[in-house]
Amino acid sequence: MASKKFLYINRKAPHGSIYAQESLEVVLIGAAFEQDVTLAFIDDGVYQLMQNQDCKGIGLKNFSPTYRALGDYDVNKIFVELESLRLRGLSEQDLMPLTYEDEDDDWVEKKSIHVVSSAELADIIEQQDVILNF
Amino acid sequence: MSVLHIVNKSPYDRNSLDTCLRLANKGSAILLIEDGIYAAQKDSGVSEKMTRAVSRHAIYALQPDLEARGINSEHMIDGISLLDYDGFVKLTTEYSKLQSWL
Repeated sequence: MASKKFLYINRKAPHGSIYAQESLEVVLIGAAFEQDVTLAFIDDGVYQLMQNQDCKGIGLKNFSPTYRALGDYDVNKIFVELESLRLRGLSEQDLMPLTYEDEDDDWVEKKSIHVVSSAELADIIEQQDVILNF
Repeated sequence: MSVLHIVNKSPYDRNSLDTCLRLANKGSAILLIEDGIYAAQKDSGVSEKMTRAVSRHAIYALQPDLEARGINSEHMIDGISLLDYDGFVKLTTEYSKLQSWL
Protein backbone atom coordinates (compact mmCIF):
# COMPACT_ATOMS: atom_id res chain seq x y z
CA MET A 1 0.00 0.00 0.00
CA ALA A 2 1.35 3.40 -0.93
CA SER A 3 1.99 5.59 2.08
CA LYS A 4 -0.12 8.68 2.49
CA LYS A 5 1.06 12.11 3.37
CA PHE A 6 -0.15 13.01 6.88
CA LEU A 7 -0.03 16.56 8.20
CA TYR A 8 -0.54 17.28 11.90
CA ILE A 9 -1.46 20.92 12.56
CA ASN A 10 -0.72 22.16 16.11
CA ARG A 11 -2.26 25.48 17.16
CA LYS A 12 -2.50 25.33 20.97
CA ALA A 13 -0.08 26.34 23.73
CA PRO A 14 1.48 23.35 25.56
CA HIS A 15 0.37 23.35 29.21
CA GLY A 16 -2.99 25.16 29.35
CA SER A 17 -4.87 22.30 27.67
CA ILE A 18 -4.25 18.64 26.77
CA TYR A 19 -4.16 19.16 22.96
CA ALA A 20 -0.38 19.46 22.56
CA GLN A 21 0.41 16.35 24.58
CA GLU A 22 -2.30 14.30 22.83
CA SER A 23 -1.06 15.42 19.42
CA LEU A 24 2.48 14.32 20.24
CA GLU A 25 1.22 10.89 21.33
CA VAL A 26 -0.82 10.45 18.14
CA VAL A 27 2.16 11.52 16.01
CA LEU A 28 4.45 8.97 17.70
CA ILE A 29 1.86 6.19 17.34
CA GLY A 30 1.24 7.15 13.69
CA ALA A 31 4.97 7.18 13.00
CA ALA A 32 5.09 3.46 13.84
CA PHE A 33 2.89 2.84 10.77
CA GLU A 34 5.55 4.30 8.47
CA GLN A 35 3.42 7.01 6.98
CA ASP A 36 4.89 10.15 5.47
CA VAL A 37 4.47 12.54 8.42
CA THR A 38 4.74 16.33 8.47
CA LEU A 39 4.15 18.57 11.50
CA ALA A 40 3.08 22.21 11.38
CA PHE A 41 3.20 24.59 14.35
CA ILE A 42 0.97 27.64 13.93
CA ASP A 43 -0.47 30.34 16.25
CA ASP A 44 0.05 29.41 19.95
CA GLY A 45 1.25 25.98 18.76
CA VAL A 46 4.73 27.49 18.29
CA TYR A 47 5.01 27.67 22.10
CA GLN A 48 5.10 23.84 22.20
CA LEU A 49 8.65 23.92 20.83
CA MET A 50 10.06 26.47 23.31
CA GLN A 51 13.45 25.60 24.82
CA ASN A 52 13.99 25.26 28.59
CA GLN A 53 10.45 24.35 29.61
CA ASP A 54 10.57 23.43 33.30
CA CYS A 55 7.29 22.15 34.76
CA LYS A 56 8.49 21.34 38.30
CA GLY A 57 6.79 24.43 39.71
CA ILE A 58 3.34 23.66 38.31
CA GLY A 59 3.29 19.95 39.14
CA LEU A 60 2.71 18.77 35.56
CA LYS A 61 4.69 16.33 33.43
CA ASN A 62 7.10 18.14 31.14
CA PHE A 63 6.56 16.36 27.82
CA SER A 64 8.69 18.78 25.78
CA PRO A 65 11.83 16.55 25.77
CA THR A 66 9.75 13.97 23.86
CA TYR A 67 9.84 16.22 20.77
CA ARG A 68 13.56 15.39 20.59
CA ALA A 69 12.63 11.75 19.93
CA LEU A 70 10.69 12.58 16.75
CA GLY A 71 13.84 12.36 14.60
CA ASP A 72 14.33 8.72 15.65
CA TYR A 73 10.82 7.96 14.38
CA ASP A 74 11.57 9.49 10.95
CA VAL A 75 9.44 12.51 11.79
CA ASN A 76 11.77 15.18 10.46
CA LYS A 77 9.59 17.57 8.47
CA ILE A 78 8.63 20.12 11.10
CA PHE A 79 7.41 23.48 9.85
CA VAL A 80 6.94 26.55 12.06
CA GLU A 81 5.11 29.58 10.73
CA LEU A 82 7.32 32.67 10.80
CA GLU A 83 4.38 35.05 11.22
CA SER A 84 3.26 33.20 14.37
CA LEU A 85 6.76 33.43 15.87
CA ARG A 86 7.07 37.15 15.09
CA LEU A 87 3.70 38.08 16.60
CA ARG A 88 4.86 36.45 19.85
CA GLY A 89 8.25 38.16 19.95
CA LEU A 90 10.01 34.84 19.25
CA SER A 91 12.60 33.60 16.76
CA GLU A 92 14.01 30.20 15.77
CA GLN A 93 16.68 30.56 18.51
CA ASP A 94 13.92 30.32 21.14
CA LEU A 95 12.94 26.84 19.89
CA MET A 96 14.44 23.45 20.70
CA PRO A 97 17.10 22.51 18.12
CA LEU A 98 15.39 19.33 16.86
CA THR A 99 17.49 17.14 14.55
CA TYR A 100 17.50 13.76 12.77
CA GLU A 101 20.12 11.53 11.18
CA ASP A 102 19.65 11.26 7.40
CA GLU A 103 19.97 7.60 6.39
CA ASP A 104 20.22 8.60 2.70
CA ASP A 105 23.17 10.88 3.40
CA ASP A 106 25.59 8.80 5.53
CA TRP A 107 23.59 9.48 8.71
CA VAL A 108 24.53 13.14 8.76
CA GLU A 109 22.71 15.02 11.53
CA LYS A 110 20.32 17.58 10.02
CA LYS A 111 17.81 20.12 11.30
CA SER A 112 14.18 18.99 11.50
CA ILE A 113 12.70 22.44 12.12
CA HIS A 114 12.08 24.74 9.19
CA VAL A 115 10.70 28.22 9.76
CA VAL A 116 8.48 29.05 6.78
CA SER A 117 6.22 31.89 5.68
CA SER A 118 2.43 31.64 5.62
CA ALA A 119 2.56 31.35 1.81
CA GLU A 120 5.00 28.44 1.98
CA LEU A 121 2.90 26.73 4.66
CA ALA A 122 -0.22 27.16 2.51
CA ASP A 123 1.51 25.16 -0.25
CA ILE A 124 2.61 22.47 2.22
CA ILE A 125 -1.02 22.08 3.36
CA GLU A 126 -2.14 21.66 -0.28
CA GLN A 127 0.31 18.78 -0.79
CA GLN A 128 -1.18 16.54 1.93
CA ASP A 129 -3.54 13.56 1.71
CA VAL A 130 -4.73 13.62 5.34
CA ILE A 131 -4.75 16.58 7.76
CA LEU A 132 -5.25 16.17 11.51
CA ASN A 133 -5.82 19.17 13.78
CA PHE A 134 -4.88 19.66 17.42
CA MET B 1 -10.01 48.37 48.47
CA SER B 2 -9.46 47.60 44.88
CA VAL B 3 -9.87 44.66 42.51
CA LEU B 4 -7.30 42.02 41.57
CA HIS B 5 -7.94 40.93 37.97
CA ILE B 6 -6.67 37.47 36.99
CA VAL B 7 -6.04 36.44 33.37
CA ASN B 8 -5.25 32.79 32.57
CA LYS B 9 -5.71 32.65 28.77
CA SER B 10 -3.25 33.37 25.98
CA PRO B 11 -3.82 36.86 24.53
CA TYR B 12 -3.51 35.36 21.04
CA ASP B 13 -6.15 32.68 21.61
CA ARG B 14 -8.86 34.55 23.55
CA ASN B 15 -9.91 38.15 24.14
CA SER B 16 -9.71 37.81 27.96
CA LEU B 17 -6.71 40.14 28.24
CA ASP B 18 -8.32 42.81 26.03
CA THR B 19 -11.55 42.69 28.02
CA CYS B 20 -9.62 42.84 31.28
CA LEU B 21 -7.60 45.87 30.15
CA ARG B 22 -10.77 47.58 28.91
CA LEU B 23 -12.70 47.05 32.14
CA ALA B 24 -9.99 47.31 34.79
CA ASN B 25 -9.93 50.72 36.50
CA LYS B 26 -6.70 52.56 37.00
CA GLY B 27 -5.09 51.40 40.24
CA SER B 28 -6.53 47.90 40.14
CA ALA B 29 -4.00 45.07 39.85
CA ILE B 30 -3.62 42.40 37.16
CA LEU B 31 -2.18 38.93 37.73
CA LEU B 32 -1.13 36.77 34.76
CA ILE B 33 -1.24 33.00 35.36
CA GLU B 34 -1.19 29.81 33.22
CA ASP B 35 -1.35 30.70 29.49
CA GLY B 36 -2.01 34.32 30.49
CA ILE B 37 1.73 34.75 31.12
CA TYR B 38 2.39 34.84 27.36
CA ALA B 39 1.20 38.47 27.54
CA ALA B 40 4.35 39.32 29.53
CA GLN B 41 6.76 38.69 26.61
CA LYS B 42 8.36 41.85 25.27
CA ASP B 43 8.76 42.80 21.57
CA SER B 44 5.53 40.95 20.82
CA GLY B 45 2.16 41.76 19.31
CA VAL B 46 0.76 42.63 22.74
CA SER B 47 3.79 44.35 24.30
CA GLU B 48 2.60 47.84 23.34
CA LYS B 49 -0.74 47.49 25.13
CA MET B 50 0.95 45.76 28.07
CA THR B 51 3.52 48.56 28.37
CA ARG B 52 0.61 51.03 28.51
CA ALA B 53 -1.10 48.83 31.09
CA VAL B 54 1.98 48.85 33.36
CA SER B 55 1.51 52.60 33.84
CA ARG B 56 -2.12 52.12 34.97
CA HIS B 57 -1.91 48.92 37.03
CA ALA B 58 0.38 46.87 39.21
CA ILE B 59 0.96 43.80 37.02
CA TYR B 60 2.16 40.43 38.28
CA ALA B 61 3.07 37.15 36.58
CA LEU B 62 3.30 33.72 38.22
CA GLN B 63 6.90 32.53 37.89
CA PRO B 64 6.22 28.74 37.91
CA ASP B 65 3.96 29.27 34.87
CA LEU B 66 6.69 31.24 33.07
CA GLU B 67 9.25 28.51 33.79
CA ALA B 68 6.91 25.73 32.63
CA ARG B 69 6.50 27.51 29.30
CA GLY B 70 10.17 28.32 28.77
CA ILE B 71 9.61 32.07 28.92
CA ASN B 72 12.81 33.72 30.17
CA SER B 73 12.14 36.39 32.78
CA GLU B 74 14.75 38.57 31.04
CA HIS B 75 12.43 38.68 28.03
CA MET B 76 9.59 40.14 30.06
CA ILE B 77 8.11 43.60 29.68
CA ASP B 78 9.67 46.01 32.19
CA GLY B 79 7.54 46.72 35.24
CA ILE B 80 5.88 43.30 35.54
CA SER B 81 6.60 41.68 38.92
CA LEU B 82 7.18 37.95 39.36
CA LEU B 83 5.37 35.99 42.08
CA ASP B 84 5.68 32.48 43.46
CA TYR B 85 2.63 30.60 44.85
CA ASP B 86 3.09 32.06 48.33
CA GLY B 87 3.17 35.54 46.80
CA PHE B 88 0.02 34.67 44.81
CA VAL B 89 -1.84 33.73 48.01
CA LYS B 90 -0.61 36.82 49.83
CA LEU B 91 -1.65 39.05 46.91
CA THR B 92 -5.20 37.67 46.95
CA THR B 93 -5.52 38.65 50.60
CA GLU B 94 -4.57 42.25 49.84
CA TYR B 95 -7.55 42.90 47.55
CA SER B 96 -11.19 42.98 48.55
CA LYS B 97 -12.38 41.49 45.23
CA LEU B 98 -10.96 38.97 42.75
CA GLN B 99 -12.10 38.94 39.15
CA SER B 100 -11.01 35.97 36.99
CA TRP B 101 -11.43 36.65 33.27
CA LEU B 102 -11.91 33.01 32.23
